[in-house]
Amino acid sequence: MSARIIHIASNTFREAVRDRVLYNLIAFALLLSGAAVLVGQISIDIEKLVVINLGLTAVSLFGIVIAIFIGIGLVSKEIEKRTLYTILSRPVRRWEFIVGKFFGLAGTLVVNTFFMAIGVFAALLYVAHKFVASDALIFVALYFIILEFLIICSLALLFSSFSSPLLSAVFAFSLFIIGSFAQDLRGFAGMAHGVTRWLATGAAYLVPNFSAFNVISSIAHGQPVSGHLILYNTVYALLYAAVALSGAVLIFENRNLK
Amino acid sequence: MKQRRRTSWIAAALLAGSLAASMATLHHLDQMRPQATLEDVLYITSPSVLKRASLGYDGLLADIYWTRTVQYFGAHHRGGGQSYALLAPLLEITTHLDPHLLVAYQFGASFLAPEPPQGAGVPERAIQLMEYGIQNNPDDWRLYYSLGFVYYMEVKDYSNAAEVFARGSKVPGAHPFMKVLAAQLAQHAGEFATARMLWDATYQSTHDRQIRKNAIEHLRSLRVDEDVIHLQQAVTTFGQRTGRVPASMAELAESEGWRGIPVDPDGHPYRLTPDGRVEVSDPENFEFVTRGLPPGYKPTPTIP
Repeated sequence: MSARIIHIASNTFREAVRDRVLYNLIAFALLLSGAAVLVGQISIDIEKLVVINLGLTAVSLFGIVIAIFIGIGLVSKEIEKRTLYTILSRPVRRWEFIVGKFFGLAGTLVVNTFFMAIGVFAALLYVAHKFVASDALIFVALYFIILEFLIICSLALLFSSFSSPLLSAVFAFSLFIIGSFAQDLRGFAGMAHGVTRWLATGAAYLVPNFSAFNVISSIAHGQPVSGHLILYNTVYALLYAAVALSGAVLIFENRNLK
Repeated sequence: MKQRRRTSWIAAALLAGSLAASMATLHHLDQMRPQATLEDVLYITSPSVLKRASLGYDGLLADIYWTRTVQYFGAHHRGGGQSYALLAPLLEITTHLDPHLLVAYQFGASFLAPEPPQGAGVPERAIQLMEYGIQNNPDDWRLYYSLGFVYYMEVKDYSNAAEVFARGSKVPGAHPFMKVLAAQLAQHAGEFATARMLWDATYQSTHDRQIRKNAIEHLRSLRVDEDVIHLQQAVTTFGQRTGRVPASMAELAESEGWRGIPVDPDGHPYRLTPDGRVEVSDPENFEFVTRGLPPGYKPTPTIP
């Protein structure tokens, strides 16, 4: 990776930290510790399940919100503040700018997830008093969540490269929701006929499939995840992020910034 | 600067005052409209719609619905337990959202099957729930046990109970008592010894405090039921022999050659009414007792 990309990525990370993005960790800690203490008193026999389900769901949702809200402003904010012109007047290529921004945002989310993971394991230790072998599966769920973030970061950047922050947020959130229904879209395509079938199948393959990344519930029950799923999810997430990022680069390279 | 500080103080005082006043008003409104509770409302009744709306975070939603089920059952049980209209839909939603949430099946069946006020009095829904649980978790012998239990205790369908225990005994890792239960049921269904064995098995098969406490309560009540039957038989025999009802439990004990007046599991003596009925001294101490109760007795509901 070129030094310029690393430089832009580290600046993006610093900017996110300066924007107090990591403050969400406080809300996360409060949520998790509250749940760990309260659930035992108001429910029956699901303390550990709640810590895993709530912890990983919060990691995922907090991260998605951060990815979208920061990602949509990564390009447009630089244009609005006119800092982009300063950057591009230096020997920085446009694609390097986009890729650097992507890695900066992804890095922010990885750091955020790391701290949240510590919180999840701490809460787990509090309710269960010890770790068991199946708890290691939480790392797989966290890995899948990070893969999800890569896709969402790249999509937010893609929309940010040609649209306003508000519209980019709408597009990104819509794609996240549609992507969560990707299996249903495939099911619908299977039931349709003719052109509708082709259109639905095309749409099902075009939108990101987030359902394959969500293993939180099965991991909470200690059910193992196959190596094949880990491999294919990794390849899929990297390929999809590459597609969206290439799209962002393509649009940004041809965009008239004057 | 001074002006700004004064404004800040006024704003802070206004914030605190308004917040306190709004909370007091809301409290007053709640008292004015005691029936205006959202507790008994299920806005979305379709488990499939909820599963899709969860955007893949169905595990957490299932935990929320399970907690809501527990709260719903607890609140209604405490309030007399005459109607549990939403219990079955809540359990259905919970288990569709997370078909592997075993606790929802095990407790759910014991919430649904018993007659009110102990439960919702819908054993057929409990059976449906357990069958769904077994379908999704065929390797968990405890679900077969719970289903067999419902068939035996609530439906009194001993052949189906025996069949389910036999099915469960074939699951790898099943507790050996499953085979024993299946055999026992085939020969001695409906006997106290079988019921006692079932509750013993329930006690042994779990570490959950609530379930164990429930099993102990049932075992205590079973002993009272059994005692009352024996004592009532003794009263009948006494009547056949003397042509009258014994004047007291002490007279009955003396004529039968017992060492003292028979006592319940708490050590309180059984009572004999003037018309010759054997009664337990304090029925409140035996939640599940079915015999030896004063005429028209209605138990006071307790928190499960």
